Amino acid sequence: MDFWISQLFNGVSYGALLFLLAGGLSLIFGMMRIVNMTHGSYYLLGGYVALTVIWRGGNFVLAVLLGALAIAAVGIGEWNAFLKRLSGQELGQVLTTMGFALIFQDLALLIWGGDPYTIPVPAVLSGAYTVGQLYFPVYRIFIVAVAALVAVVLWLVLERTRIGAMMRATVDDPEMARGVGINVYLISMAVFALGATLAALAGAVAGGFVGVYPGADFEILPYAFVVVIVGGMGSLKGALIGSLMVGLLDNFGKALFPELSYFTLFAPMAAILAVRPTGLFGRA
Amino acid sequence: MTRRALAPGTPRIAIAIVFGLLAVSPPFVSSFLQALLTQAVIYAILAMSLDVVLGYIGLASLGHAAYLGLGAYSVGILATRHGAGFWVTLTVGVLLATAVAAVFGLVALRATGVYFLMITLALGMVVWGLAHRWVSLTQGDNGISGVPRPDLGLPWSFAHAIPFYYLVFTAFLVAFGVLRGIVRSPFGATLVGIRESESRMRTLGYHVWLHKYIGFIIAGGVGGFAGVLWAYDNGFVSPADLELSTSVEILLMVALGGRGTLLGPALGAGLIVFLKNLVSVYTQRWLLILGAVYIGTIVYAPEGIVGALRQWTKGERAWAGR
Amino acid sequence: MGGKVIGSILAALVLVATWGPGAAWAQKGPIKIGFLAPMTGGAAQVGKDMVNGLTMWLEEHGHIIAGRKVEVIVEDTQGQPNVALTKLRKLVESDKVQVLAGGLFAHVGYALAPKVDEYRIPMLYPVMAADDLTQRKPARWVVRTGWTSSQPSHPFGEWVVKTLGYKRVVTIGIDYAFGWEVVGGFQKTFEEAGGQIIQKLWPPLGTTDFAPYLSQVRRDADAVFALMVAASSLRFPRQYADAGLKARLPLLGGGTTFDEFVLPSLGDEAIGGISPLIYSAAIDTPVNRRFVKEYRARYGKVPSYYSESCYTTGQWINDAAKSIGGDVEDREKFLAALRKVEVPDAPRGPVKLDAYGNPIQNIYVRKVEKKDGELWNTVIQTFPAVSQFGKYKPEEFLKQPVYDRNFPPCKYC
Repeated sequence: MDFWISQLFNGVSYGALLFLLAGGLSLIFGMMRIVNMTHGSYYLLGGYVALTVIWRGGNFVLAVLLGALAIAAVGIGEWNAFLKRLSGQELGQVLTTMGFALIFQDLALLIWGGDPYTIPVPAVLSGAYTVGQLYFPVYRIFIVAVAALVAVVLWLVLERTRIGAMMRATVDDPEMARGVGINVYLISMAVFALGATLAALAGAVAGGFVGVYPGADFEILPYAFVVVIVGGMGSLKGALIGSLMVGLLDNFGKALFPELSYFTLFAPMAAILAVRPTGLFGRA
Repeated sequence: MTRRALAPGTPRIAIAIVFGLLAVSPPFVSSFLQALLTQAVIYAILAMSLDVVLGYIGLASLGHAAYLGLGAYSVGILATRHGAGFWVTLTVGVLLATAVAAVFGLVALRATGVYFLMITLALGMVVWGLAHRWVSLTQGDNGISGVPRPDLGLPWSFAHAIPFYYLVFTAFLVAFGVLRGIVRSPFGATLVGIRESESRMRTLGYHVWLHKYIGFIIAGGVGGFAGVLWAYDNGFVSPADLELSTSVEILLMVALGGRGTLLGPALGAGLIVFLKNLVSVYTQRWLLILGAVYIGTIVYAPEGIVGALRQWTKGERAWAGR
Repeated sequence: MGGKVIGSILAALVLVATWGPGAAWAQKGPIKIGFLAPMTGGAAQVGKDMVNGLTMWLEEHGHIIAGRKVEVIVEDTQGQPNVALTKLRKLVESDKVQVLAGGLFAHVGYALAPKVDEYRIPMLYPVMAADDLTQRKPARWVVRTGWTSSQPSHPFGEWVVKTLGYKRVVTIGIDYAFGWEVVGGFQKTFEEAGGQIIQKLWPPLGTTDFAPYLSQVRRDADAVFALMVAASSLRFPRQYADAGLKARLPLLGGGTTFDEFVLPSLGDEAIGGISPLIYSAAIDTPVNRRFVKEYRARYGKVPSYYSESCYTTGQWINDAAKSIGGDVEDREKFLAALRKVEVPDAPRGPVKLDAYGNPIQNIYVRKVEKKDGELWNTVIQTFPAVSQFGKYKPEEFLKQPVYDRNFPPCKYC
């Protein structure tokens, strides 16, 4: 029983981290149909910027926020200069964003060196709660809390505000949205920036948990894609459920069938796609 | 050189010269260059196979490295553990890749555009995951080393660089011949028709899905073929060959050369192989340069080098391979 | 730092170009060392440590070996076997190097060895530790100046039972050859001394989240033996502590689990970790104190075993070349000389090769402690002159298969 409870907790908390990462990717996908290979780089750079802020004497919260905001700027720049011209050209998007991913990877190595780092977390967030034989690390609970907060805020913004309505309209039908006077350009840019911000936030938060190190970008990228594919692009609910599914499948797969652990992750996904090519909650 | 100076036959002559050089020059260059040429030619086969999907069907696949891996692992496992010879590994490698493509095609071809891209990515990751984790079969991250060079019972040994290069070059000619035959056949013309307008072809009574499916399978099989050669060339197979970044790199090769032209992607493959290996000799910042090539290709040559040349010469019909 | 390396290579090149054939040493041209290391990708920092080690030795000796100028050509392997193979060809064919060195990761070592034998050019392996390269599948032209993966584990396993008194241990090892060999060597001597391995877990290379494994760890153990590499060494101790294990089960490890190159990034959760290795920056000898001080002055950080091993490799090439009067073009003679080298005063202690071409050297049991606000691997026990076969007779030892996932079998699981 203990085994199942703690693995469930592990899966959910890892899923929460994935949600932060993939939520942004899903937004970018859904809204602009942009396949963004740079998403892993935002994650990595977010961690590095947060680390730098802490080195310069900033506190944890400031570091996480500054990391997220700095990468939003990077994302806006990339989108404005290149990606906005490539709508509808998947190949162009893949190659351009891959190019950026390689460039960011190399720049990160140049700027921060190749040493692996962890982001020091405040004392309140370290340690663990114990319940009988079970341990629940505080930092993992913190990640779940952040993810929950982000999910709620995103949901409120998308479903309950004017700007959210404009965003949804742009997702559903950009032409129509333009027709009714929505500034599709600004909305698109905002969504892209939001996506990048979320990835960077994930990177900064993950920095206190798995560290910041060269290679983290391409390590995490397939997971983000998997979540989005399973959940369906552009769907917040899809990203949330997809993240939890991937987190749990990954955890239980590794614990129960170590030899097939990635197979147990990717094969169910392929099965879902075989039935629903647009993912669980995706709209064609 | 002025535009007028380029006779319609010029591209044909240029191609003939390149093929001639590929056939004649290897014995006269350093063996480092020989090694690079061998790699380039193998990647050229792989890029041409992807071109069937990307250039002729018009779908961008993000999982093509899977077929390279299937071919390569067939060799790695059969040759080192069961002492299988070249023809056995070749047959198994190609058939396995073809069979897997037949299964993947069923799933992937339900979608188009971004969705196709994502599904192929996921399927590619399935194969990578098995290579990475099914340790008892693949030896996981250790990879499989000690793959011997093939012995075809011929008087010269393929352990030497030059005979092996000619083996690979012959394989390239075969692959090129087969693929060219396919894309120039009525079947190939139908694929292009589907790429241009699926609905029109459907109205005309073509079985659109079946055509795409067959094209997809052919691409997988030829990809496996390249994988077989790749394993023999390196003497080594590892999950790194199946990573997402490899799949993206093959896409780059096709796009850089010019999709839908077969020889363009082959050229792109050669350029990327040489770029990666030669630039890294001069600078450790070669990733920056490779990244710039990715972006530059899309910004400056969205139709690839062949596309750019065509526009330049306007000698459109003269270009071979289409 | 990369710029520095390139700079020094360029400088060497310029020197060679401008001095011309008039200079006395140039009658035969410079000695060219081809050096393979990952300079990009996830292991770039290790590559840097390696290059720094060799560069430091050369700088201290004016880039002269046996009266001849030395030129180092560094090639980036990206940590990948096929890239390493291509670069090896380039170094041999285009650059015409006389000696090769470097490399990282056991599988790269296995991939390179046959090629090295084919080229018949000596290659020194300061880091790549795959057991069989000097055991069951020896490569004639490979000279190991580093270690075998299981070498430090052998004395350590027995020591854990006898000194620490732990009888039941759970192992968590990264799932590839290096991990299998380190864990296997530990299990062999640990169980022969009366201990029991009660569980073996194998997370894959690149695991970010160890929770699925940590929550399986059996709580009725006395300790955990973990083998981590690279970035996983960074996250493991914290996740181990967060899972509440640190308080209950002491953490032992293979040497790389508490690598000098991650120590500065680790927090207090790593304190108390015990691991064996061929080197510790905290070895308290005059030679090593000087080495650490100098290295720090140059590169701003504490040397790792990667740095030390490549530094000693510079010395190694020097001693061999000197003993044959600088005639490194005679490859057979050079190889024989390389195999005869003994370095009595390397920073890690005395080093010489056994009959199989692997160093006999000290193994240090190290404990992570905090001194002046920094984490150090304090040496708590030294096993002098340990061979790769430990206390076993080579012929006997070689009858067993190479350590892997299932060997030794887990009898008490």
